Amino acid sequence: MIFYALAFAFGCLALATVLAMWRLIFAPTIGDRLLALDTMFIDAIGLIVLFGIATGVQTYFEAAMIIAMLGFISTVAYARFVLRGDIIE
Amino acid sequence: MSLFLIVALPFIGALVPGLMIQAGRRACALATLSVTALAFIGLMTHVPAVLRGEVVQARVEWLPALGLDANFFLDGLGLLFAGLILGIGLLIIIYARYYLSREDPMGQFYAYLLLFQGAMVGIVLSDNILLLLVFWELTSLSSFLLIGYWKHLPEGRQGARMALAVTGGGGLAMIAGMLILGEIAGSYDLTVILQNREAIQSSELYMPALILILLGAFTKSAQFPFHFWLPHAMAAPTPVSAYLHSATMVKAGLFLMARMWPVLAGTDAWFYIVATTGLVTMVIAAVIALFKDDLKALLAFSTVSHLGLITMLLGLGTGMGAVAAVFHIINHATFKAALFMTAGIIDHETHTRDIKRLGGLRKLMPATFVIATITALSMAGIPLLNGFLSKEMMLYEASHTPWAGSYWVVPVLATVGALFSAAYSFRYIWHVFFGPVRKDYPSKPHDPGFGMLASPAFLSVLVVLIGIMPSLAEPLVRLTAAAVIGGELPEFHLQLWHGVNAALVMSIIAVVGGVILLALHRPLDRAWIAAPRPEAKIIFDAVVEGAASGSRWLTDRLHDGALTRYAAIFTVTVLALAVHAYLTGGISRPTRAMMPPGVVPTIGWAMLLIAAGCLVAFHRRRLVALVLMAIVGLVVSVGFVYLSAPDLALTQISVEVVTIILLLLALNFLPKTTPSESSVARRVRDGGIAVVAGLGAGALIYALLVRDFAFPTISEYHLANSYKGGGGTNVVNVILVDFRGFDTFGEIIVLGIAALVIYALTEALLSSPVRARLLAWTDESPDAGDAHPMMMVVVTRVMLPVVLMVGVYILLRGHNDPGGGFIAGLIVAIAVVMQYMASGFAWAEARQRYPYHGAIGAGVLIAGLTGIGAWFAGEPFLTSAYGYIHLPPIEEFEWATAMGFDLGVFLTVVGAVLLSLQSFSRIARRSGDRVSAHPMDIDPSREEC
Repeated sequence: MIFYALAFAFGCLALATVLAMWRLIFAPTIGDRLLALDTMFIDAIGLIVLFGIATGVQTYFEAAMIIAMLGFISTVAYARFVLRGDIIE
Repeated sequence: MSLFLIVALPFIGALVPGLMIQAGRRACALATLSVTALAFIGLMTHVPAVLRGEVVQARVEWLPALGLDANFFLDGLGLLFAGLILGIGLLIIIYARYYLSREDPMGQFYAYLLLFQGAMVGIVLSDNILLLLVFWELTSLSSFLLIGYWKHLPEGRQGARMALAVTGGGGLAMIAGMLILGEIAGSYDLTVILQNREAIQSSELYMPALILILLGAFTKSAQFPFHFWLPHAMAAPTPVSAYLHSATMVKAGLFLMARMWPVLAGTDAWFYIVATTGLVTMVIAAVIALFKDDLKALLAFSTVSHLGLITMLLGLGTGMGAVAAVFHIINHATFKAALFMTAGIIDHETHTRDIKRLGGLRKLMPATFVIATITALSMAGIPLLNGFLSKEMMLYEASHTPWAGSYWVVPVLATVGALFSAAYSFRYIWHVFFGPVRKDYPSKPHDPGFGMLASPAFLSVLVVLIGIMPSLAEPLVRLTAAAVIGGELPEFHLQLWHGVNAALVMSIIAVVGGVILLALHRPLDRAWIAAPRPEAKIIFDAVVEGAASGSRWLTDRLHDGALTRYAAIFTVTVLALAVHAYLTGGISRPTRAMMPPGVVPTIGWAMLLIAAGCLVAFHRRRLVALVLMAIVGLVVSVGFVYLSAPDLALTQISVEVVTIILLLLALNFLPKTTPSESSVARRVRDGGIAVVAGLGAGALIYALLVRDFAFPTISEYHLANSYKGGGGTNVVNVILVDFRGFDTFGEIIVLGIAALVIYALTEALLSSPVRARLLAWTDESPDAGDAHPMMMVVVTRVMLPVVLMVGVYILLRGHNDPGGGFIAGLIVAIAVVMQYMASGFAWAEARQRYPYHGAIGAGVLIAGLTGIGAWFAGEPFLTSAYGYIHLPPIEEFEWATAMGFDLGVFLTVVGAVLLSLQSFSRIARRSGDRVSAHPMDIDPSREEC
């Protein structure tokens, strides 16, 4: 059962990543691109966690945790740059 | 006195004149004199032992792994040269005391002189040829300082530079020659090399070694065609010329040929190279000397000529040749040093060295006249003076030496050389001292005081004594010649009268011819001046200028400041090497089967390709390019997870965040689009290079992946020894802190330096004219929304302890599970940068209690001290130790010294990352942006809101 669930989840996340990529390339504004990038970060977290479940190794969880904890910083930095130019003021 | 002390005394003593000059010039000179006198007495204490035929030795290991040991030995040859260097050094120090004027910095002069003296003594006493090379280069450097002593004179500086270039260049060639010699003999010890004559002469590397060593000797001893630097070095003060260019430095090349004589001499190659060079030098320099009007230039070329004479004698390769060479070295040192000093006296008293402006000094300077006449006649080879004896021996040797089957070439040329030598010696006496007293000397001449006359007078007494009673010098000559030959001495006696033989006839021809030449000097001089001849300085300058502009051209081609150029050159070079390797090497058949690809990895791969492709398409829009780079980083990070490299994945994720922040900070001041600067053709060319290199790298990786390794990898060793040796189960971390700990130590130092450089550059930028431009700079970017939104402030404030906790956790467990100081440092640095971004620069800066420089320094110190700790356990630097501790409430845990090292890495990374980010954002601060000290723009708890 878990096999099918994992396969389904992998499929969904892979599709989400492809769509995010599509959005990123053909986005009308830079804001849309940044949202797409942030979505890809989230997808990456999901993929790593699923991979950890599939292989039964706990170490990968931490990589997901670090992305979750720090990945948003780069999105924030991009957003600040677009909105204000200077990211540390 | 130990040989070490004799060599070290002048070096240590070089400090003395600098200090003693405070006590006055007399005290300074006396102190210098006593240093040299002490070394001289120390040398003399070894005379009885050397006379008994013993070889005095002093040995200590310095760098045994390189074959470089501080070994010294003293035999007859060393004794003669060390005696000359220290003995004449004493006379020069006395002479210089009276020669130098009040304006000349005397302390400096004596300090340089002692440095030079130490280097010379080092050369002649070294037993190890590598050590000898060190001293050899030291003489080049210290003589550069001495020749350029009068810094205000352009000729002095140019002469010093020329001397350094020529002798230093020769020294480089000699290093190669000595290394070859050492390889053949299997030891760098002279005493061992000197025993291996057969092995060296039969080796096929004998010729290259010989030529390289002779290059060093010929440049140092000013042999044709390298003779041109010596006359230009005459811009030095006369004591320097008398010391360096008569008795010591230029004799270093002769010393080397004499030292290597037992192993190098005796072959045809040696004879034809050395004897021919010596003969040619002797004749050419003697001819030039006759037509020089500058007293010191005349003496300089005569020195070159006499050096050629000695070189020729050594080149003969016969025992008697070596004896004559040794004898002439002694005689030349005595009369030439005295002659230089008289030239200095004349210059000092009349303020000119131009022979055409002199004459008639006989009556005005009688004492100088007597000394100059005796020594110049000795140089001309007049009987009853020492120069006659050794010149006679030279002529006798020349009279029966065949050259390429011809029996007349050597004797005739030797006679011509002797003839011109007699002529310029007579000219030195006749044109300077005889003739009518003139009215137009630049200064009214008279004899100097006793101090200046003492040294040359003493030397001229020696000239006469040896000339009349050659048996006085015989023990010294025997001793030295025995050391040169290294075997049985030929039967000989130094005596005045040998009967009527070929040498006497040649000598008479030379003296008579010399007188005739002097009589004809006026018409000959006119012809000489009218004749075209190559000017060495112009040629030398042209060569130097050519070399300089050539290298400048090459450097400008390779380093024109454009990154594209560097990248293209680098890539093409690597490609060429790869093609060469592919064409010349073999490749085995694939040994591994292909694996089926999964769906998700394929998507990741496709994304990587698409992102990279889009990056090429969009790279002119810099922000979009940065976003695409973030995708590449993300896919690579996930790829590391998929390929079971969690350490790399964690590092990659944190590095990506820091990189993006850094680039965005920089991009704020840069154009947002990349202008199109290069032509289409160039872009096509660069694109071609990039595509070929990329495909090549891909093909290489593919080829590697479908084959097993041809050699066993080091991974097995690391896996097997990680826990046993390093006490950790995370092999990556154990490699970083233990197996390759020294590399990591170097890397954190480099990282720290890079951050400090960024800081320094920012500081320099902000105090330069750029600051005004920054102040006038108006930010064109939009100004939407809050500078410090409340939600952001609150979120980052809450996250700070959590992230710090994760950082500490990753640091502590790093040795056994993925993590370690580097990743932890990045995570903690991001946690702090988060506060800068959310709450503002001013707010964060106000709460930063320890400067980031301190963190970098502390990190490097802690890592270094941890490494040093291993020494106390008797282990090499950075050896790690570990053990287990059991405290009752907690589980048993491990301690490892690697923890301390990792802590150092952690601190350095935190400091370096934060210092560079802070430096970047400071540029914006100084540019006049508003800074709020409050964490939030809208804060309900603040009164004014």
